[in-house]
Amino acid sequence: MAQAVINEDIQIKNVFKRFGDFEALKDVSLSVNAGERVVICGPSGSGKSTLIRCINGLERHESGSIIVDGITLAERGASLQQIRSRVGMVFQQFNLFPHLTVLDNITLGPIRSKNLSREQANKLAMTYLERVKIPEQAQKYPRQLSGGQQQRVAIARSLCMEPKILLFDEPTSALDPEMISEVLDVMIGLAETGMTMICVTHEMGFARRVADKMVFMDEGKIVEMAPPSKFFDSPNTDRCKNFLKQILQH
Amino acid sequence: MKKLIILFFAIALLPGCSDDWGWYVVNPYNKSGLINVKFLLSGYYFTLLLSFTSILISVVVGLLVALPGLSKNPWLRNFNRVYVEVVRSVPILVLILWVYYGLPPITGLDVTVFWAGVIALALSDSAFQAEIFRGGIQSIDKGQYEASHSVSLNYRDTMRFVILPQAIRRILPALGNQLVYMLKMSSLVSIIGMQELTRKANELVVTEYRPLEIYTVLVLEYLILILVVSAGVRWLERRLQSDERA
Repeated sequence: MAQAVINEDIQIKNVFKRFGDFEALKDVSLSVNAGERVVICGPSGSGKSTLIRCINGLERHESGSIIVDGITLAERGASLQQIRSRVGMVFQQFNLFPHLTVLDNITLGPIRSKNLSREQANKLAMTYLERVKIPEQAQKYPRQLSGGQQQRVAIARSLCMEPKILLFDEPTSALDPEMISEVLDVMIGLAETGMTMICVTHEMGFARRVADKMVFMDEGKIVEMAPPSKFFDSPNTDRCKNFLKQILQH
Repeated sequence: MKKLIILFFAIALLPGCSDDWGWYVVNPYNKSGLINVKFLLSGYYFTLLLSFTSILISVVVGLLVALPGLSKNPWLRNFNRVYVEVVRSVPILVLILWVYYGLPPITGLDVTVFWAGVIALALSDSAFQAEIFRGGIQSIDKGQYEASHSVSLNYRDTMRFVILPQAIRRILPALGNQLVYMLKMSSLVSIIGMQELTRKANELVVTEYRPLEIYTVLVLEYLILILVVSAGVRWLERRLQSDERA
């Protein structure tokens, strides 16, 4: 049992979720090992964003269980807060705090929820801003940055919480094409550090390069799960084949 | 500033318009006139103290009433609705009278004129403040909450550091409006004997029998006060916005 806790960062079992009449997740199970990189893809409305938003409790699952780093995600109590301090998230729309400078955006979480002093937090923030290659933007406001830079700030903000696990919810979908690669480069760099990552993305080049496991979802279910080599070259289901054909066409 | 200059010219020209005007009553160049002017101006003290104390309290109460209105819990939401609807439907003048004459026998407390005025004005305004805050907070994108949760901020810190600073920037023009409204409504507290601008003017009218001149000065007193306050609010707005846009 102790072994299982150490090796499995995330364990999702038989999770259901509905929005009104719409069933977003139907009996989804997925486990992610420590250091594993998982890429989730699928058509829109397939439940992939909902699934990763359930992991840090942004959406509440209705049944089934989610265990993150040995902590069971519960409706009430401290589990949510504990899990959120271990799980970082990068959003499609960046969701930076527009009224705070880049530096304050990054240090707010560590100062308030990890009780770091301002000096410690600033120092830490600068190391992560260097990691995402924009230390010179620390004193600017989000508005003054390009989309790609904003998303890199958002990644630095997540990293500064020193999470075990990072969730990416379509991190490049809102970016202009010429900015996508600067964000993907940062993500590839992160993958190389051994961080546990779950990415919802349609960037198949990125997926092929970093993923340990590919997950294809459709209509609220996991339809296919395989290592990238197998996933891209010989998918089992027709739905997955069609999806890949469409997405790789261009 | 331009408006003020025009105003001063208007005042200067007024005595020429009609023989019926008797500006001596507030002419600072003769002795009794100067005493009268000082008497009228002294009303600024309580008008300002009353209005700013009331707006401060009403902003805090308004925020405390707005937050339950945004809750998922229907009981908390109902509390917000009932408070807003009930308080909003009582005329301020009626509330002032009720607080001053009604509250002491009910609570056994000795409510002074000043605090009766503050309670009535703050209570009445808090319902509007609550609605302003609710609208402002609701206008903030839910991604801001999600980002706050994702860096493990609790509800209090999320509100304090992320949501309210943005909401307050958005509602600042509305808050400025409420402040101006409050400055004007404070004149109603004269009815229970608060020695503010309006009360002072009323008292002077009773002794001097020159309502036309004295009330004209009163109008100008409010006008100047509110022009200055509005300019201050606009300055604050610009400052806060330049923070964000730079």
